[in-house]
Amino acid sequence: MRPPVSDLPLVFDGVSALARDVTLVRGVSLQVDAGAPTVLVGPNGAGKSTLIRLAMGLVAPTSGRITWGGRAETDGQRRAMVFQRPVMLRRSVAGNIGYALHAGGIARAARRERVADLLAQAGLAHLAGRPARRLSGGEQQRLALARALARDPEVLFLDEPTASLDPAATKAVEDILRAIAQSGVKLVMATHDLGQARRLAGEIVFMLRGSVREQSGAERFFTAPATPEGAAFIRGDLVI
Amino acid sequence: MHEGSSALALVLGGDPALYAIVALSLVVSVSATLLAAVVGLPLGALLALVRFPGRTFIVVIVNAFMGLPPVVVGLAVYLLLSRSGPLGTLGLLFTPKAMVIAQALLVMPILAALTRQTIEDLWAEYRDELTAMRIGPLGRVMTLLWDARFSLTTTMLAGFGRAAAEVGTVMIVGGNIDGLTRTMTTAIALETSKGDLPLALGLGFILIVLIVLVNAAAWGVRRAGEIRAG
Repeated sequence: MRPPVSDLPLVFDGVSALARDVTLVRGVSLQVDAGAPTVLVGPNGAGKSTLIRLAMGLVAPTSGRITWGGRAETDGQRRAMVFQRPVMLRRSVAGNIGYALHAGGIARAARRERVADLLAQAGLAHLAGRPARRLSGGEQQRLALARALARDPEVLFLDEPTASLDPAATKAVEDILRAIAQSGVKLVMATHDLGQARRLAGEIVFMLRGSVREQSGAERFFTAPATPEGAAFIRGDLVI
Repeated sequence: MHEGSSALALVLGGDPALYAIVALSLVVSVSATLLAAVVGLPLGALLALVRFPGRTFIVVIVNAFMGLPPVVVGLAVYLLLSRSGPLGTLGLLFTPKAMVIAQALLVMPILAALTRQTIEDLWAEYRDELTAMRIGPLGRVMTLLWDARFSLTTTMLAGFGRAAAEVGTVMIVGGNIDGLTRTMTTAIALETSKGDLPLALGLGFILIVLIVLVNAAAWGVRRAGEIRAG
């Protein structure tokens, strides 16, 4: 069987996006390769979420070009996204995953086993029959992760996935993210939590005012940032 | 007072003619609501999700048609189904089928307009998630209709209420023929005009009880569903 064509590297080439005459991102050129998680950091309004939404096709670029594995057009079937506040479909926990599997074209006969696997991976097996909307915030986020994995993604985008969670729930989500990354899925995550970036990132993309200011290995960014704004952000200064 | 006790005796007495009228009324109104739903729910979802030239005009018309005068709908369907009308050869005039068609036309705009609003609100919540999941247009419609099922139950009830309480349309296209097209509402109108108040009162009582029972049952189903699905 022929291996699926890779969607990586993901390349932004001079990409800008405007909304109602406000520039969200400006002339971003960036390459995201397979490997360790890429974490987008920067203050609120830096353009991190917009960059992820551009990659997922939720926002259209006003100029520039985005390519996937060298191709401008792909079916996008091997990309998934987890939002800061994921929408839980009005179904059971298992039903939410079953829905994603059905949407991904998985045959009914194979779904039951796959649902059980994903629930176990997210630590939600004991809640399979519970209405998804009745889960706690942390459980909902873990379900969102399991639902995203149902698509067997090559790249998983995460937009501030733990911003609304307490430390225990954050740890549970981060543990799952580590396992996902180790399984070979490329994680691209936006966060304004520097501690989380230190814990998870293999690569850091530092953004400010809609543009990319730095892209480097995580260790290098935190020990020797290349820009004064990056250094100030790491120190915890207000970077405007 | 006398009319009230006579009405109660009629209801409790199990008069077959009376219960035939009740059964026909239920069959016609439920069928009309279901028929209207087949068109109205997808139409409402389509208007909520798809942008096309003339959409605003259609939305305004559908909203306005929620208040369609029943007698006007009855007249339009009468002209369609009458012997010299375009569908006259079907021989449907003065049959329960004609009543179903007329009531469905009356109910359909209500279902479409309320569905559009419900789906539009839900779509605002689901848009990013379903787009990220690469759900196609048909899948979106089906997902939103399913996830809005509890709200749409109330919408369906509003449609059923309109159909069950309606008299002008069925009077015109059904003809109020005894044993064939006489419904509770047309019978109430007729018996009141004849001065047979006990029968009119009895039917009125049954009509109200039925509407309350149907609403209560739907509310129970909705609550049970909400508890199960969240």
